[in-house]
Amino acid sequence: MTKNKSHIVLKTQDLTIGYTSKKAKTVIASNINIELHKGELVGLIGANGIGKSTLLRTLTNVQHKLNGNISINNLPLENYSNINLAKVLSLVLTEPLGSKNLTVFELVALGRQPYTNWVGNLAVEDFEIINQCLLQTNIDDLKHKKCYELSDGQLQKVMIARALVQDTDLIILDEPTTHLDMYHKAYILKLLQKLAKETNKTILFSSHEIDLAIQLCDTLIVMTKDTVITDQPCNLIEKGTFNNLFPKDLIIFDDKTGSFRVKK
Amino acid sequence: MQHTKTYKRTFAVLILMLLLCFFGNISLGSVSIPFQDVFNGLIGNATENESWRHIIHEYRLPKALTAIIVGSGLGISGLLMQTLFRNPLAGPFVLGITSGSSLGVALVIMGASVFGSTLAGILVSKWSIVIAASLGSFIVLLMVLILSNKVRDTMAILIIGLMFGSITASTVSVLSYFSSAEELQQYIFWGFGSIGNLTWHELFILFVIYAIGILLSLVSIKTLNTLLLGENYAKSLGVNVKTSRLLIIITTSLLAGTITAFAGPIMFIGLAIPHMTRQLFNTSNHKILLPAVFIFGAIIMLICDSIAQLPSSDLTLPINAITSLVGAPVIIWLLVRKRKMMF
Repeated sequence: MTKNKSHIVLKTQDLTIGYTSKKAKTVIASNINIELHKGELVGLIGANGIGKSTLLRTLTNVQHKLNGNISINNLPLENYSNINLAKVLSLVLTEPLGSKNLTVFELVALGRQPYTNWVGNLAVEDFEIINQCLLQTNIDDLKHKKCYELSDGQLQKVMIARALVQDTDLIILDEPTTHLDMYHKAYILKLLQKLAKETNKTILFSSHEIDLAIQLCDTLIVMTKDTVITDQPCNLIEKGTFNNLFPKDLIIFDDKTGSFRVKK
Repeated sequence: MQHTKTYKRTFAVLILMLLLCFFGNISLGSVSIPFQDVFNGLIGNATENESWRHIIHEYRLPKALTAIIVGSGLGISGLLMQTLFRNPLAGPFVLGITSGSSLGVALVIMGASVFGSTLAGILVSKWSIVIAASLGSFIVLLMVLILSNKVRDTMAILIIGLMFGSITASTVSVLSYFSSAEELQQYIFWGFGSIGNLTWHELFILFVIYAIGILLSLVSIKTLNTLLLGENYAKSLGVNVKTSRLLIIITTSLLAGTITAFAGPIMFIGLAIPHMTRQLFNTSNHKILLPAVFIFGAIIMLICDSIAQLPSSDLTLPINAITSLVGAPVIIWLLVRKRKMMF
């Protein structure tokens, strides 16, 4: 695999994340050094409450960092205006849609907003991009359906298509596989893998599907209590990183199968 | 490539209905004027009866125009609020705008006896009521705006608006307890709403502010569509949520505040029109919904006003009662039929 290592899409240096209240700073994680390259599928894994969401919120500028640097395409995150950030970073969130009374096409088309005129009229090339993304996410047959008619799995594909249409170098998804059955979990992650390869976009997602992430991701970001490690899945298995992911009283990681099993 | 329906035919039918209702509204009333003469009167030709021309010009035309402004303006402010708060129960009243106006008017009409000489000197004229209503809604809006800058959550603003509503309602109750029967009656009459008392001069002032509000609402179309996804998605699409929220609130206040000032608190229209329109057009896309609400609001208001005039009788019913009597059953029927309230 010849990966262009020179093009780093997302980079953090000595990043510290957490919350500030009036008096105290609560540090959730520190010393986070991540480098994500073009065309990579990256999984962010860690136990509940370890700070995955906080990290994603900080990376997407929803929440302020406490310390360190974040840069997207070699430009510090804080230098981006709202509209310029929307052209390099798109999101798929866990929050429910405000209104589902839009057709799939209308919803996906909203992804073109950073590029459209003041009333949001679509140009010919916008239509082309939208149709292409509908095909890439296998939802072309759904485009005239209303969003309230869709299943959770279909809706997730639509939200991914919407992010894709935004045509950004980096797509960040917050737990895209929750509420989905086993098949659709694999389906969505496999789709993300395909999209990363086909479109050369960098896709970062947080997930609890560790075994799937190990099989599909180019890189994994593993958050444990003390450290944040970024590496290729096979290296992480060799280093035994997954053994420290959870408290050891209930489940253990099996190096051979690359998955967790319950202690007997 | 036509992926989004443009509803050209529905719009054509609606515009035709609007024209029909407009002429119908002008020809109906205590004196029935034939269509032909209405048309002649409007374009300035001679009518069969000179008094008809006077009725049309000085009374019915301004009233019909007011109905259009009230219906479309309140409908659009309701639509803006429902999308901003992503709540089907929102309407112009949620920000406390209407209650602010009510408080202003109550203070002018009933405050005189409560506060004695300080306000007694003010003549309770129509202009003082208009100014009081505008001031009242403006002050409530200002407070909501100040608080909304401190509160991140849009839902919290909704609650704050409702709380302002409660505060003003109870203040009005306290005032009415101390005021005379005459003052109370005057206040209640204002509360009935009225669109028939505007002179051309007043109508002009109302129109200018209304036009600014409508233009501002057009600027928000794109933002409104992204807000359908939720505020975080809107932000990720490059929308400055705080600024857009402010713009939408100001637009609503301009529209609802001025209309309430001139026509009294017209109930129901702001809440119901967007829902009725959504049932008709079956979309949440504001590029279609906004003009549709505009036309539909105007039609419904013209119809309500025609009913309130009780054709061929000298009686005039309070417009507020009609808007609720006509509209509420329609909404119930729509909900029972569709089983769902979309927004």
